[in-house]
Amino acid sequence: MNSSQAHDVDIKKHVRTYITVFITLLALTLITVAVSYLRLNMTAAIIVALSIAAVKGSLVASYFMHLISEKKAIYATLMLTALFFIVLMCLPIFAHSDPIIYKNVP
Amino acid sequence: MEIPYTISPRPETGLFNAKMGIWLFLASEVMLFGALFTTYILLRVGAPEWPRGELDIPLATLNTAVLISSSITMVMAWASLVMKNFKKYRAYMGATILLGVVFLIIKGFEYSHHFMAGEIPSKNTFFAIYFTLTGLHGLHVIGGMIVNTYFWGPGSKMWKTEPERFTNRIEVAGLYWHFVDLVWIFLFPVLYLL
Amino acid sequence: MSTHSSVHAVNSPLNPTLHHHEEQSFWRKYIFSTDHKVIGIQYGLTSLIFLFFGFTLMMIMRWQLAYPGEAIPFIGKMLGDDRAPDGVMLPEFYNQLGAMHGTIMVFLGVVPLAVGAFGNYIMPLQIGAPDMAFPKLNMMSYWVYFTGGIVMLASFFVPGGAANSGWTSYPPLSDIATTGQTVWLIGMVFLITSSLLGSVNFIVTIVQLRTQGLSFMRLPFFVWAQFVTSFLLLLAFPPLEAAGVLQLMDRVAGTSFFLPSGLVVSGQQLANTGGGSPLLWQHLFWFLAHPEVYVLILPALGIVAEVISNNTRKPIWGYKSLVYAAIFLGFMSFIVWAHHMFLTGMGTAISTFFQTTTMIISIPSVIILSALFISLYGASIRFTTPMLFALAFLPMFGIGGLTGLPLGLAASDIPLHDTYYVIGHFHYVVAPGTIFGLFAGIYYWYPKITGRALNETMGKVHFWGSFVCMNLIFFPMLIQGLAGVSRRLYDGGQQYAHAQGVLHLNVIMSVAAWVMALFQIVFIINFFLSLRTGKKASSNHWEATTLEWSAAPTPPVPHGNFVTIPQVYRGPYEYSVPGQPKDFTPQNEIVKV
Repeated sequence: MNSSQAHDVDIKKHVRTYITVFITLLALTLITVAVSYLRLNMTAAIIVALSIAAVKGSLVASYFMHLISEKKAIYATLMLTALFFIVLMCLPIFAHSDPIIYKNVP
Repeated sequence: MEIPYTISPRPETGLFNAKMGIWLFLASEVMLFGALFTTYILLRVGAPEWPRGELDIPLATLNTAVLISSSITMVMAWASLVMKNFKKYRAYMGATILLGVVFLIIKGFEYSHHFMAGEIPSKNTFFAIYFTLTGLHGLHVIGGMIVNTYFWGPGSKMWKTEPERFTNRIEVAGLYWHFVDLVWIFLFPVLYLL
Repeated sequence: MSTHSSVHAVNSPLNPTLHHHEEQSFWRKYIFSTDHKVIGIQYGLTSLIFLFFGFTLMMIMRWQLAYPGEAIPFIGKMLGDDRAPDGVMLPEFYNQLGAMHGTIMVFLGVVPLAVGAFGNYIMPLQIGAPDMAFPKLNMMSYWVYFTGGIVMLASFFVPGGAANSGWTSYPPLSDIATTGQTVWLIGMVFLITSSLLGSVNFIVTIVQLRTQGLSFMRLPFFVWAQFVTSFLLLLAFPPLEAAGVLQLMDRVAGTSFFLPSGLVVSGQQLANTGGGSPLLWQHLFWFLAHPEVYVLILPALGIVAEVISNNTRKPIWGYKSLVYAAIFLGFMSFIVWAHHMFLTGMGTAISTFFQTTTMIISIPSVIILSALFISLYGASIRFTTPMLFALAFLPMFGIGGLTGLPLGLAASDIPLHDTYYVIGHFHYVVAPGTIFGLFAGIYYWYPKITGRALNETMGKVHFWGSFVCMNLIFFPMLIQGLAGVSRRLYDGGQQYAHAQGVLHLNVIMSVAAWVMALFQIVFIINFFLSLRTGKKASSNHWEATTLEWSAAPTPPVPHGNFVTIPQVYRGPYEYSVPGQPKDFTPQNEIVKV
């Protein structure tokens, strides 16, 4: 059961990482709430809020979900999913951003 | 004949079956919540005006901290099993479940305040999407808590007979729980702060 | 390297998988079984019943289309006054038949048969696995599907009848439609859940449980087809599930996700808050429904490849091209959906985008069809019944695909959208396309599943009758569509001047549909009769190379499929290998050099 013993040593290092990530997540939460009170203009607010959320999400995924050391098969599936997620988000908006409007219809 | 790779990983992929399964399931959940976020964006962009200040930010900030804390207790529960410490596992898993309960109670407060003020889904599209997104997320929290409670209680008997398999189960349950946290990490700023 | 070295604590008394082979109760063995073969048969029988039911709905519709306003014979009076007073079909009932025919055929019939039945039964055998990766989840998938099916059928009996807003359920109409629509939405949630659970199972099984020596590029094309299909189901269905929940909330909780402001219904302003978007539904719906059509065709392509290779006694031409084309097809299928929405007022930029991706997606389809056609070249063809269906599939799918091209180009779609041309197009792909592929599969694998062969003469009668009738039913639709006859008209276009010249085709199509039913009866009789009196089939009845034939007995071992774990040494289609004594070399056979 050698791999398990090696895993044991690893896991203690991981625990320290988990705690660091936890504190970072709490800090980022407070930051994002504080920034929201600054009442930035919409575009800036979106960029800041989503960027912070993306960082937080990456931390959860990479460390709590071990994605940073995960296998190719999982990465490939997630990259594909991320792509389709973005497609689903963006294309319907574009579809309605320059609609055909008929003027002077009798 | 037994089904292979239920506990030890298949060398080519480095994964045991349930771990691949849960990641695939989470991928489908990304698409599910993605569709709802798309809905939110489309409705908001098309709306002449969009309410602000209707939601309780401090309470939701607290809830965010609660969920993040439950995520760390969940991963510590799994780590405890890897370190063969069942008592610690039970403590951490118990904490995860408790924090989940706290999350739901706070959510319950929020919802009842809104209902009493007549702010129900049919009031306008803002509340419609708010209740749908947080409601669906809440259902996922409840589902995760049922699974976690089972693994804290009767399901934990497996530790005595098949410890590796049980550890894997907790890892898989943990992945689901972290995902629920991850969704909230995006839900919170989008609904409450923007 | 042993594949089974560390599975469970084998000596544990609580090990649930220790096989003492205590006799399982009837319920555990046949009803709540976790064996993929039993589940595959459950899916197969259930889906065939739904296919037959959906076909019956269409036959009733076709009476109204051929003879609008005339009382339906035999069953007309039995339908009741709210559906057909004095036996004459009400438009409301016609709409119910239309919506439910589509829903039942797609979601309760074809996909469960193609994926749930064939995928479940055959795929684990073809990869040398003892079962699916998650047998209990598999069982749950079936019962959730079954429940969804019952819910859908129940919708016919609620006040106002079944869903009647098309299988596409467009709001605002579907938002304000009768109760049946709510039942439809609930049914869809069950069906989508079943699909999602199944797709996870399929992907993990194919990746993780392939037997020794079975690399990805040695997989039968049928398995590749199921693999890509499962990814489509996994990633494309959730947005429809979300949309279904949103529509349920519109109907039940008074929200306005899909209802625009200021909507007036029957002269009255609607009470909802408005602010919603009907187009949002269309995006979410078609995000699934386009990949769904590839879910409908891919398994059939897989079956056709198996049957063609086996009955030409040659390897399939272009295996690698087939695999890469299937993967590319799956990927592209996610970015073409708005070609169903060319007439919704989208701008030219985005329409051009979708038109372009739609043209590109025809390329892998052509590659796949060409590879299958080329596979026939130089072949020694055995004209068995499965081969007849597989051969007919090729030109029929060709017609279906080609007729799709004018629909995929925005400009030519303008006059064709929502006409009978569309109905002709998609039926060519699904009916003499996929369903013929599925028939090929039934005739091909029946001997493996039951140990007996279906009667060849009855099979040929079934084939020729169906082939002629299919073309008589669907070709005229293309003509009617080009003349401008709209779809979903309960009188088949009778009231329109532009339809008068092609109205007579309605009678031809309807008669062909009813005659086709007679030929299906031949199949049904063959199916049940052969269980008792069919010629006994050997373990490798068709002398095939893939593992379900060469490594598993007939029928396969109840638990575990194989007597010994098969080891694979070569690709899936090693037919007529020079220097070998037999004209087929199974994947698992050790060949003395």
